Amino acid sequence: MFDSLTHLQLQQYWWFIMSVVASALVFLLFVQGGQTLIGTLGKNEDERTMVINSIGRKWEFTFTTLVVFAAGMFASFPLFYATSFGGAYYAWKIFLVCFVLQAISFEFRRKKGNLLGQKTYEAFLYVNGFLGVFLLGAAVATFFTGSEFYRSEYNLSYWQSSLLGLEILFNPLNIALGIALLFLARTLGALYILNNVNSETIMGRARRQVGLNAIVFLVFFLYFVIRILLKEGFAYHPETKEVFLEPYKYLNNFLEMPVALILFLAGVVLVLLGIGITWFKQSRKGIWFTGPGTFLTVLALFFVLGYNNTCFYPSSYDLQSSLTIENASSSRYTLTAMTYISLFVPIVATYIFFTWRAIDRHKIDDKDMKGGEHHIY
Amino acid sequence: MIENLDMALVNWSRGQFALVAFYHWLFIPLTLGMTYIIAFAQTIHVRTGNPEWERIAKFWAKLFGINFAIGVGTGIILGLEFGTNWSNYSWISGDIFGAPLAAEGILAFFLESTFVAVMFFGWGKVSKKFHLVSIYLVAFGASLSALWILVANGWMNYPVGMVFNPDNARHEMVDFWAVLFSPYAVNKFLHTITSGFVISSFFIVAVSAWYILKGRNLMLAKRSMVVAATFGLISSIFLATTGDGSAYWVAQKQPAKLAAMEGLYEGEEGAGLVAIGMLRPGKEIGDGQNAFIFKIEIPKLLSVLGYRNADAFVPGAEDLVLGNEAQGIMSAEEKIRRGRLALDALAGYKEAVALDDEAGALASRAVFEENYYYMGYGHLFDPNGIIPNVPFIFYSFRIMVMLGFAFIALFLLLLYLTVTNKLEENRWLLWVGIFSLPLAFLASMAGWIVAEVGRQPWTIQGLLPTMVSTSNINANAVILTFIMFAVLLTILVLAEYKIMLTAIRRGPDNKEKGGDNV
Repeated sequence: MFDSLTHLQLQQYWWFIMSVVASALVFLLFVQGGQTLIGTLGKNEDERTMVINSIGRKWEFTFTTLVVFAAGMFASFPLFYATSFGGAYYAWKIFLVCFVLQAISFEFRRKKGNLLGQKTYEAFLYVNGFLGVFLLGAAVATFFTGSEFYRSEYNLSYWQSSLLGLEILFNPLNIALGIALLFLARTLGALYILNNVNSETIMGRARRQVGLNAIVFLVFFLYFVIRILLKEGFAYHPETKEVFLEPYKYLNNFLEMPVALILFLAGVVLVLLGIGITWFKQSRKGIWFTGPGTFLTVLALFFVLGYNNTCFYPSSYDLQSSLTIENASSSRYTLTAMTYISLFVPIVATYIFFTWRAIDRHKIDDKDMKGGEHHIY
Repeated sequence: MIENLDMALVNWSRGQFALVAFYHWLFIPLTLGMTYIIAFAQTIHVRTGNPEWERIAKFWAKLFGINFAIGVGTGIILGLEFGTNWSNYSWISGDIFGAPLAAEGILAFFLESTFVAVMFFGWGKVSKKFHLVSIYLVAFGASLSALWILVANGWMNYPVGMVFNPDNARHEMVDFWAVLFSPYAVNKFLHTITSGFVISSFFIVAVSAWYILKGRNLMLAKRSMVVAATFGLISSIFLATTGDGSAYWVAQKQPAKLAAMEGLYEGEEGAGLVAIGMLRPGKEIGDGQNAFIFKIEIPKLLSVLGYRNADAFVPGAEDLVLGNEAQGIMSAEEKIRRGRLALDALAGYKEAVALDDEAGALASRAVFEENYYYMGYGHLFDPNGIIPNVPFIFYSFRIMVMLGFAFIALFLLLLYLTVTNKLEENRWLLWVGIFSLPLAFLASMAGWIVAEVGRQPWTIQGLLPTMVSTSNINANAVILTFIMFAVLLTILVLAEYKIMLTAIRRGPDNKEKGGDNV
């Protein structure tokens, strides 16, 4: 069925799949964002427990999506996996620690005999929410700003900064996207909790947080986007594959790929709409707009990053070492085999949707948290 | 090709992977097996309406939940460690190795994480049937995830279904089905997953035995004991069978590993299996010393198990290193020479391509392809290095096998005494049941040592040594993160154990002293 596709078509298809997974992941970071709001939205033990259980029932989806993104990149663009993880070593290791802490904290938090105490596990959730999301944003920003690595003729990569990934923190654009992502996640977290928890006090605080965090998000996001659109981008020649710096590359990509532009604008409008109805119309349904809006915006940014002869993982140390969807990908055979496996993605999305609905039919409230019988974080 | 020979980097990278894998494996066996036992108990409840079975299912599900999260947390470190610490390997084999990992994510992890949420939060919220199906789907998802990762691991031990592409300098997949259905991988999957079933059974046996010793929660404990002992008995018999299959495939594809498992230095026809033995310390290849201080051997059994032929020749470490012309075994030195030819030809090919020298490229490529099979040996210096650490593998293998057989007898005895209601009279056996849990973990870890340390010096058997598979970073970075993970994971594991023990002490009724509800 897919055997007639060219290698390039498969590479484009897999960049699309990875873009979809990445976009879903950014939306699902509402769990992390919510974690940074536990103390802000919950002023006493019962309220905090409601907030934690609201987002806690979704943490595994975010976690799994992250794992699938990493594994998918390994399978489809292994040179990226090798270059970035093996090079920006400290950044990714710290990132990993943030997520290991999250994995155990929901479950261990209120368990008897948990050794470190409830406060420590709640602190772990903050670490994951703040540092994990910020690092992810900063790392993804290097897709636009470049990293210092050299790729040998055997395609083995050598990171040039002795800081092994921590040097990404010295670039203001990386910092800006890190902060933007963090505050987007907080906005989404507040919107999700507003929708999911039946408690007037928590809802009131969440609504206020949507406004405050959205403003910070918008400032940093606009700064990042404007700078990206006006800066030189990493392009390559489709025939010779030679990498060169092109003025206004990312702006040109938007103009040359109207689909990306439309998705981006639609995404931004939806994000703002969700925030707007929460703020001005006292609606609880903002997450239904801001969530999909986030998805579309990230999708458009990933299109701009990977398509139209653009280097998605550029090297600022040696332009010709930069990674593109063509030189970093798996073989045609492997991508074809993987494409068959990707047919399961819609099935997976469908059962996730129906299972969520079955579980979320009951919103989180006071009574729910005192059931005794149920599994409660 | 790769000039990366900092042995500290290699050893610490291996150490870091072993550390995290060790911690990961403290939890994964329970995830693999307990779900089936919980599903079984809940099935009886749904079919009979008996509330005690639901209570049993709920109790084990609670313990399962404590265990599940930390298994997930340690798993993500391992997955990303291929990239962070083994980036050369990730490129050289990513075209084959990445696909099973992605399949694991898409097909198995989502299944597990979606339905585990229903399993945890769905009691009384969703219909009983949907809830039960969800438990089965979690069990199935965990097994499926094990399949994919063990297919990947099997491929490292017996690489199939790929060719080397000199233009990209990597192995590329040409046959997905060969990778998925490689007999080595299938056997590895079955053997490993059943080891998880056995450990899960012992977990339930140990907790139930403790309740019976304390005279509390007797109905739950005895019913759980019957289910776990039955599941454990069937699994441990299957474990022995698949163990035999694993050894057979090791004999076929990894003779150096087999030689180490058996402490076999001089190969022989009709080789016997060492039942018990003590290796002579300081024994070296070709020194003429007897490898054993003493041994008890079952005649011809190694030839039978390894080759299904009582008179088959089983090569020893010396045959593999020094060569054995009569048996058609090439010496390691010759393999190293050919490996270097392959690597030089590859370099020549790359150079010729860069210079547009078509004839030169063709000539180099021909030399490369002729010697490709030995490419990995070209990185080695010491012919003796092709043999893994013999005592470590030999003793680990014996620990695993002996305990494995003892477990079959133990499950049988436990089952018999529970069914005949004589268990409480045999308090010693209940204590044995409790101590079998750490022994089951020991056996399983020993198995991993045989499998992974036994593969050394290779990452991909025969094709890529560990020493050139690492990331190209400073050893200090790896040491630092090793310490970070060692401290972090140790604390988290201690916390997990304390929570688990507290939950067990409090029992299904969630009280410090559980009521007796016979």
